[in-house]
Amino acid sequence: MEKRSRTFYVLATVFAVFLVFLYGPTITIAILSFQGPQGGLTFPMRGVSFHWFEDLFRQQAVGDIWGSFARSLTLGLMVMITTVVVSVMGGLAFRKRFPCSSVIFYLIITSLVIPSILISLGVGLIFSQSGLSVHWSTSGFGAQLTWTLPFGLLIMFAVFNRFDKSYEEAARDQGASAWQTIRYVVLPIIAPMLIGVALFGFTLSYDEFARTLLTSGSYNTLPLEIYGMTTNVTTPVIFALGTLTTAFSFLIIGLFLAIVITLNRRRSKHGSDAGQGLV
Amino acid sequence: MTDQTHLFIPADNTDKTLPKSTGRLKGLPDAVSGWLLSLPLALVLLFFLVLPIAMIVVVSFWGATEFSIYPAFQFDNYQFLLTSPVTYQVFLNTVKYALITWAITLVLGFTIAYFLAFHVRSLTWQIVLFLLCTIPFWTSNIIRMISWIPFLGRNGIANSTLISMGVIDEPLEWLLFSDFSVILAFVHLYTLFMVVPIFNTMMRIDKSLIEAAYDNGASGFQTLTNVIIPLTKPGIMIGSIFVVTLVMGDFITVRFMSGSQKANVGRLISNDIALLQYPSAAATAVILLITVILVIAILLRFVDIRKEL
Repeated sequence: MEKRSRTFYVLATVFAVFLVFLYGPTITIAILSFQGPQGGLTFPMRGVSFHWFEDLFRQQAVGDIWGSFARSLTLGLMVMITTVVVSVMGGLAFRKRFPCSSVIFYLIITSLVIPSILISLGVGLIFSQSGLSVHWSTSGFGAQLTWTLPFGLLIMFAVFNRFDKSYEEAARDQGASAWQTIRYVVLPIIAPMLIGVALFGFTLSYDEFARTLLTSGSYNTLPLEIYGMTTNVTTPVIFALGTLTTAFSFLIIGLFLAIVITLNRRRSKHGSDAGQGLV
Repeated sequence: MTDQTHLFIPADNTDKTLPKSTGRLKGLPDAVSGWLLSLPLALVLLFFLVLPIAMIVVVSFWGATEFSIYPAFQFDNYQFLLTSPVTYQVFLNTVKYALITWAITLVLGFTIAYFLAFHVRSLTWQIVLFLLCTIPFWTSNIIRMISWIPFLGRNGIANSTLISMGVIDEPLEWLLFSDFSVILAFVHLYTLFMVVPIFNTMMRIDKSLIEAAYDNGASGFQTLTNVIIPLTKPGIMIGSIFVVTLVMGDFITVRFMSGSQKANVGRLISNDIALLQYPSAAATAVILLITVILVIAILLRFVDIRKEL
């Protein structure tokens, strides 16, 4: 192996420092959330205990954490499924020529870059002026889709750009219908990427704050609940909540990665070459 | 011989019957099926993007009393906004945050992407290190902001370390709730949006181009400025669009990390909303939108976004 240049070591150090910068604060609050009952928001640690986690589970004074968690989870799953389905349909659509396709494309880009508070304000205004009441499962759901769909679609564009069309031609030559081609050839090949889209959809929704601010109605989602806590809670209980939600996010990432790995294992076991065309 | 005819005839048959036997979708022209497939997407974008923007523009001309808003067509909101020195100050502050954050995330993001794409040699390691960078992105922004408190606070890690090292005698007051902490949080939250597109374009650069540069006697730095940076430009532009628009529209980071002491346009809007001054918030939103569109239009002059996908 050839010798590494000095640039490599400099860059590797920069990268390592960057990782510390990324993870350091989160790890710190994870440690601090195990403070003893007398502990505050900073070091030094005053004892080690589960006090603040118990506090989180016990008291209702800090708000409706479990209710908001359940709402965020439900909303995340709704957004995830919609994002996957609509993105796949959109991705398939954009492989064809059809009128207005560039209008829709520029709308997707707009949706991606428009400041989220504008969506929140606009959707909130529409609902209030037309006499509908805002609710996380209607207005909040739609507002979040304007953020998750562009990401889903961009991933689908990338996937279909690298998609080998000869698989479809082969299917068609063997007499498969358009639907059969999609169901038995295209979808299995792009399945691992769809899990990526699902992961994006779920976590973007689960963490979304600005777009739900004016569109979730009287029942808070978890980010809104946490935001509320930051203004009036000054104990490590908020760190405990932070640690728990971060752990939950990691759990979700792990789960999705496990699904991808299992899918790939099953494939190689069955000797299928599905997905090979993507590399 | 019979075998061959046997093979040949069905093939011939299939060719003739294929158009009939395939599903209905196949019969549809691309225009119709493409349109049908993108219909759900178009509807979502219409109801939750186009209509809300139109609504904001309409409401920006409305009037407001202390308790309610009423339809009107007046320029009061804009007049108030454009004659108030506060507006210009806040816009200036917004641009300042955007420019500084953009510069830092660009240099940092480029360096990280460059290291991953050209100095990490095995694909597995590239993927592992890249994933390590993206994982924090999946956790809540607000939690990531809160986590700076133990670091930057008066009795935080930074201050106590600096004091014990003898660098300073008194805790630094400007670490938390200042422009410094706001920009630090922006860099923390948004550098990834720079790393991903730059890394993506760098991975697509043909390595033989770099070899060719070396063979022609270019130094490492010359290769960087004459080969890699020009080829990475699309990624840089897309990353810049992300970072600039995210920072310009942000209100929560500024509110939280400045301890409500600093303002940008996003905060101006959210303050109006909190006071139920929707027409005024809408007018500010329209001006913000115009600013963001102008910035993107300038950045898009350098890159054809459709070609890059």
